[in-house]
Amino acid sequence: MSTIEIVTSLAYLVAAVGFVVGLHLMNSPATARRGSQLSSVGMVVAVAATVAKLADNGGITGTGWAVLAGGTVLGGAVGLRSADTVKMTAIPQLVSIFNAVGGGAAALLAVADFVRIIGTTNPSIPTRVMVPTVLDVIIGAVTFTGSLLAAGKLQGWVPGQPLVFPGVRVVNAALVAVMLGGGAYLVSGSHSGWVLLVVLVASLGFGVTMVMPIGGADMPVVISLLNALTGTAVAMAGFVIDNTALIIAGALVGASGAILTKLMADAMNRSIANIVVGGFGTGDTATVTASAGGEVRQIAVADAAIQLGYAAKVVIVPGYGLAAAQAQHEVAQLATELEKRGTEVSFAIHPVAGRMPGHMNVLLAEANVPYTALREMDDINSEFPQADVALVIGANDVTHPAARRPGTAISGMPILDVDKAKHIIVVKRSLGHGYAGIDNELYTDPHTDMLLADAKSGLTELVAAIKSLDA
Amino acid sequence: MTTNLLADISIFVLSLLVGFEVISKVPSTLHTPLMSAANSIHGIVFVGAMLTAAQAHDTVGYVLAFDAATFAAMNVVGGYRVTGRMLKMFRRAPAPARRDPEDASGGTVAP
Repeated sequence: MSTIEIVTSLAYLVAAVGFVVGLHLMNSPATARRGSQLSSVGMVVAVAATVAKLADNGGITGTGWAVLAGGTVLGGAVGLRSADTVKMTAIPQLVSIFNAVGGGAAALLAVADFVRIIGTTNPSIPTRVMVPTVLDVIIGAVTFTGSLLAAGKLQGWVPGQPLVFPGVRVVNAALVAVMLGGGAYLVSGSHSGWVLLVVLVASLGFGVTMVMPIGGADMPVVISLLNALTGTAVAMAGFVIDNTALIIAGALVGASGAILTKLMADAMNRSIANIVVGGFGTGDTATVTASAGGEVRQIAVADAAIQLGYAAKVVIVPGYGLAAAQAQHEVAQLATELEKRGTEVSFAIHPVAGRMPGHMNVLLAEANVPYTALREMDDINSEFPQADVALVIGANDVTHPAARRPGTAISGMPILDVDKAKHIIVVKRSLGHGYAGIDNELYTDPHTDMLLADAKSGLTELVAAIKSLDA
Repeated sequence: MTTNLLADISIFVLSLLVGFEVISKVPSTLHTPLMSAANSIHGIVFVGAMLTAAQAHDTVGYVLAFDAATFAAMNVVGGYRVTGRMLKMFRRAPAPARRDPEDASGGTVAP
């Protein structure tokens, strides 16, 4: 082992420690930022060591350096720019796109390695390389198109509803058969580039047909799952090129991503298998019996302001409607205004509020709401009975009492006990459905008043009205 | 089976176990940044792209290496940047004086 090899191996170890400790620090909001920084230091160390190794080894051509530099500058610039300009509401899409390119890169590594070897005279790829090559190409390609489609669904480029065309199951089965059959053929000793190409194309296609029938509400779980898959693909790429840094980091992400996926699915009371096989609205909605009828009462801004302004305790329940209307700053202002009047204000955050678990926390953090004011569901639910007013803004399914009964599309989903508050005000643009596609009984509850307005303008008017209460 | 492969498999399995353990207690508050952080860690694929570029000696190899490097650089640079941007916004409590003694949680009162 040459000196440079020892140095690089140690550098990869340092990087791995940075990733593990960095992830561990993400367990608490107080240390999370340090964790991310530590992890990025590990990444810089690993990259620097690899540069040194390449320079020392001398095997890389001038064109190789140029290609590398060009790709790095291009990809880095695009990544930097999108990370700096993305709206916080669009975070899930962006993460999904970054995940797509990561998976794509992992698949390309295996393809490049395969193509290079079969281009040599008398090529030979041992099974221990061929197995991870096939796995890397399959997993990487599936995550590439799957993540792009998931991002497209969240962004609205592709309809968010579950899209099912006749025979989708048959197509899926055929694609899987091609992927596995072709893969097995390669592992059994074939060195055909065409077979690898067929496997690659089938995998790209499967990424699309797998995500297409899944509804927008389940998309965060899918993105998290694809994230874990990319980690696995990267680990496989590590086996192909025999690099421990890729194996460690890939396995770490594969496993932690799997746990995170399970946590998210649990929060929505959905099983991962259930989500992948089919989303809401693909059969189970036929059992919906939730629409209880009854009158919906509307309330004027001035009356809502009085109720809020003279309440001792207000719990605000922000949902996706708030994020979609970009009203996080207005809701922060409302909270400040109420606190000035001596009202106790807390935010009840459902685990899946926003577009992705924890997304709402990010949005409110952006609006300067301290994370100590954000209460998790299990923590706040016991306090709803003491709340004078529960203010629901753009949240629907996560407050739906029908979830407590069996036989509805959202049965069993953990919900915020908003209906136990003394009084409820719902700010909502229209009386439409939530993602689950069923009427919310909360709206016809005798304790509920509906303030039909866009979250942003409605909250701005509310803040103005509360300010003028004492004037 | 070579010793090298055995070592790699051991590393892989142990890293999986570490991955399962290390974030098991994370609060849902942090799920979004955590997903983004994990996403940036698999940006290590950039190291792989570098090593692949080093072995490329023909047009096909260069094109594949260029694409891999572009994708991987976007993943790693963008991933860390956006995670940092999110986490920078998480703050404990408002810094400006908040004189309300109402705060039931008994939070620290700014001097």
